[in-house]
Formats: sequence, structure tokens, C-alpha cells
Amino acid sequence: MDIIEKVIAFARPASRRGVAGIWDDEHKMVAAASKVHQAGFTQIEAISPFPLHGIDDAIGIPRSFIPWVTFVFGLIGFSFGTWFTWWASAVDWPLIIGGKPMWSLPAFVPIMFECTILFAALASVGALIFICGLPQVDPPVIDPALSSHKFGIWVPEGSKGFNGPQLEQIFKDHGAVDIKRAEF
Amino acid sequence: MIRRSPLILGKKTYETITNDIAGLTEKLPDARYFAGLAGAQGLMIIFLLAQGAIVWWGMGLMGVNHPVGWGTDIITFVFWIGIGHAGTLISAVLFLFRQKWRMSIARSAEAMTVFAVMTAGLFPVLHTGRPWVAYWLLPYPNQRGPLWVNFRSPLVWDVFAVSTYATVSAVFWYIGMVPDLATIRDRAQNKWRKRIYGLLSLGWRGTARNWNHYEMVYMLLAGLSTPLVLSVHSIVSFDFAVAVLPGWHTTIFPPYFVAGAIFSGFAMVVTLMAIIRELVPVFKDYVTMDHMENMNKIIMATGLLVGYAYGSEFFIAWYSGVEYEVFIFKNRAFGPYGWSYWIMVTCNVFIPQLFWFRYFRRNIPWMFVISIFVNIGMWFERFVITITSLHRDFLPSSWGMWVPTIYDFGALFGSFGLFFTLFLLYIRVLPAISISEVKPVLYVGREEDQHGHH
Repeated sequence: MDIIEKVIAFARPASRRGVAGIWDDEHKMVAAASKVHQAGFTQIEAISPFPLHGIDDAIGIPRSFIPWVTFVFGLIGFSFGTWFTWWASAVDWPLIIGGKPMWSLPAFVPIMFECTILFAALASVGALIFICGLPQVDPPVIDPALSSHKFGIWVPEGSKGFNGPQLEQIFKDHGAVDIKRAEF
Repeated sequence: MIRRSPLILGKKTYETITNDIAGLTEKLPDARYFAGLAGAQGLMIIFLLAQGAIVWWGMGLMGVNHPVGWGTDIITFVFWIGIGHAGTLISAVLFLFRQKWRMSIARSAEAMTVFAVMTAGLFPVLHTGRPWVAYWLLPYPNQRGPLWVNFRSPLVWDVFAVSTYATVSAVFWYIGMVPDLATIRDRAQNKWRKRIYGLLSLGWRGTARNWNHYEMVYMLLAGLSTPLVLSVHSIVSFDFAVAVLPGWHTTIFPPYFVAGAIFSGFAMVVTLMAIIRELVPVFKDYVTMDHMENMNKIIMATGLLVGYAYGSEFFIAWYSGVEYEVFIFKNRAFGPYGWSYWIMVTCNVFIPQLFWFRYFRRNIPWMFVISIFVNIGMWFERFVITITSLHRDFLPSSWGMWVPTIYDFGALFGSFGLFFTLFLLYIRVLPAISISEVKPVLYVGREEDQHGHH
């Protein structure tokens, strides 16, 4: 086992045991997910190669809060741009340039604007990476095709309302092509 | 109901889409691809030699001197920044307008943006003549006071605009690729391949919770990129418009530069796609004739906007009654550099009129040639703006001429080598079509096998 394997093994995220169903058709999977959610299962993960219509309602995912992060960091960027141009040009070392006022607000608008965009964009991406728990080293993969052409639902064992046989029955009734015990 | 034409040809399934696009990164390309890459790298070597000599011996090797202090470096900087704008327009603006046809070209257009901005960014830095102190452009705490940069200068605005644009475009491009990199990771047979793409994919898992946030961030970035892209070329135009020089000091410059940027950028997307469709034939199923036609329509529309701006400039020069302003425009069209003005007008206003005809919009050889003319015309637009205003201004005693040297040509033509090298490497190493974005639009225009209700 080489050194990289050791690092990967050390950094790999903890996974949990659960039951997974795999579908070929995304519509059947969304219907199944909705049923699983209604049956009282919790901590349901729906895995798909692309974002699916209706999955958020089906398993009760609320609207993302990230726009608030964008808004707050946009304001911080705007304030920083305003404060910094003022402080550097009018306070820390005032220099008369072209006879313009020390605090030449209209001339600072481009800097304030670019700071707003930069802070808002980087904070949004940072929030995405943080909330998705990324980066992850070698995360568990239930089926490699789940990032290509298959759709899966996974529910962890021991989650509130978990009932293995009932879950497998729902998967079977909704046309799952594969049902297996899997770590995720 | 009017039938929509399919966005993706060849009766694909989700699995064949993955195989097509991820497969590009998994096998060795053919000889034509390597021939193209070798040509691009040959040009890049010319760039390295020319710029290396300029850095080593100094800016005197280039044509710039008094009174024309801005030459090839600044012209080519504005040219490449403009090229980048179409990428953001496709990836962000068309996304916000829910234009489904954008999906299959968005990734390559964004890549074009990132590489064009990288190429562009080198030019002002090299133009300073002392690129090793380029960090002086940034406001950092230094031992000279600290002495801050002059925030009233458009050149400093440009540093902020271009660096923000480069950062946000690169992040937008990369975040868009993360799910596709995970797809390549999951297909990997080779240990190192799995590790490298695993690292690049950040360990993306594709759960509904993650997609929920991901889609939101993608939309937010599109929303932030849209005003950003408009600001960047506006601020580039301020480099000129804030100066009091006749021919530069006009309020039309920001919209005129933005329209020109979109115009030249779409022409470059058409040029690239015409080449890539030949070098990598699988692209023909994803970047269809309908895509090319849509882009040609945008080229024609923005070409008309640019033509309007050319006319408006002359009108305002006459209407203002300012002697110097009138002179500079007469000198532009009929002075010693008049030939460059007419190259610009021919390439940008007259030739794109061919796109009124469906035949030219849907014919690859024709659109390739027209797009090359637009690229040439847009380089000459920046040439006309920069050189003709500088070479003759208020005092005839300070008039002069600008003559490019072999190093100017090396820097200009070589920069295409840098750009194409980066682009061709990207096509085979990263997912060149957005796998997770084309799958949801797979069934558009395929009524006969309508796949459930969307």
C-alpha cells in the first residue's frame, strides 16, 4: 500500500450502512422517493446524474438559503470597496490628483461594484462547498452509473422511521431495477 | 403546436451521452487533432520568443514610441477581452433567459472566456515593459508609506474589472464542471485517472440536497456574471473614454465596446466550433446546425449595432461642432491609416450582412470564413480607435506615425497559438460538453418518444 493509499484511507469520510434502490427511469425514481417520504422515512438521499424536477418536493428539501449568503457578502464587498477607496485615498495618504476631491466617489464606483461582485460570487461558491461537505476524499459510491444514467434512493439504517422490509417493498412496487444494502 | 427541432441529434440516451463526452477524455485522439495541436504550439513558440525578447531587451523592440504609446499590446488586450465576453453571454445571459440551446455550447464558450482572458491578461502586464513588478498594480501594504494605487484612474479600475472577471469566470466554469468530473471519476478504470478526476471533482456525490444548492449557486453566479460582463468592457472602454483625446472622449464607448465584444466573441465561438466539429466529430451531434445558425443571427444583430455606433460617432463629431473631433474622424477614414478604417467597416458591417440569407447561416465553410473576417475586423476596430486617435491630436507639431515591428506581429499572431493550445488541450482533458446540463434537454424536439412530462 503506497503512501497515497494511506492518505486516502485516512481522509475518507465516514459512511453509514443503508438500503439503496436503483432506477433506469428518473420519473419512477421521483415517484418512489415521494412514496418513501410519505411513508415516514427520514434522511432520504436521492442520487442522480443531473438535477431532477420535483425531487425537492418529493423528499421535502427546502429552498436553498444560499441567496442570503450572496446578499450579505455582496453588501460586505460593497462596504469594503467603499471604505477602502475612501480610507486609502482620503485618510491614509491623501494625494491631490488632477485637482479632484480626496473622496472622489463617482470615480470609485467601478471598484465598489467589482468588490461587490467578487465577494458575492466567491462567498456563494464557498457556501456551496461548505454546505455540501466538499471536498471529500474518495466518497462512497453506491453504483458508478448513478453519475451517468441511473437514479438511486438511499435511506440509512437506524434513521428515524426506518423499516427495511417496507422500504424494499416500496422500491419493488415502483420498478427499481436493483435493490441492495449499501454504504453511503 | 410548432414543432421544436431537437437540440441533440442521433437518438442519444443518457448512457450514450456519458460515453460520448466522458469518452473523449479516455482515448487517444487521432492524427488530425495532433496536427492541429502541433500547429497551435508552433504559434505559441513564436509568442514565447517574441515576448521573451521584449521582456529581455525591452519595449523598444515594439513599434510604440511618441506620440503613439499604445500599440499592439493594448489593441490585442482589448481584442482578447472582447472575445471572452461571448462565453459569459452564452453561459450566464442565455441561462437566465432559459435558452435551452445554450446547454451544449456553454462549457466550451466558458472555456473560451477563461483562455481568452488569460491571453488578454498577459498583454497589459507585458506592455508595462517591466512585468516582474506587475504586482504594483494591486493595492497592497508596501514599505513606501504605504503608497496606494490611484483609484481615480481607469487603468486601476481595469485591474479590478479584469481580475474579478477572470476569477468569477474561472470559478463559474469550474463549478459547472464538478458533477461532470465526478462522472468521469466514476467511469475510471485506471487508478491514477480515478485519483486525479476524484481530486478535481471535489468528491461530488450528486444527492438531491447537493443539487438543490448547486442549482441555486449556478443561477446566482449567472446573475452576478451578467452585470459583471457588461461592466468589464465598459471599464475597458473607460481606459479610452476618460481621456480627453478626440475620438476617445465619447459617451457611446461603453455600449459600443460591449456590443463589439459580443460580436467578436460569437464570431470566435463560431470559428472554434467549426474547427472542433471537424477535429472531434462527436461534437456534430451536440453542436448542431441550429446552434451555429442561432450564433450567426446574434453575429448579424450585433454587427448592425456596431455599424450603428460607427455611424453615430461620425454624426456626433459633426454635430458637436468641435474642430478637433471633426478632424480626427476625417483623418480616421481618409488619413494615412484610412485603409484600416475601411478594413474594419468591410469586415464588421458589410460582410456579416450575408447572414440575412439562410444559406450562409447554415453553411459551415461560409460561416467559418465570415467569422474569420469578423475577427479580423474587430482587431482592426481596436487598431483604429487606439492608433488613429493617438497619432494626430491637437497640435500638428506632435503628430507622428506608428509602424509595427516583427515583434508586434510575433506577439499578435503568437497569442492565437497560446489560446488554441489551451483550448485544444481542454477539449480532450476536461468534459468539453456539459454532461449534466445536456441530459435534461435530451428530449426537447423528440415528440415521437416524449419521455414523460416535464
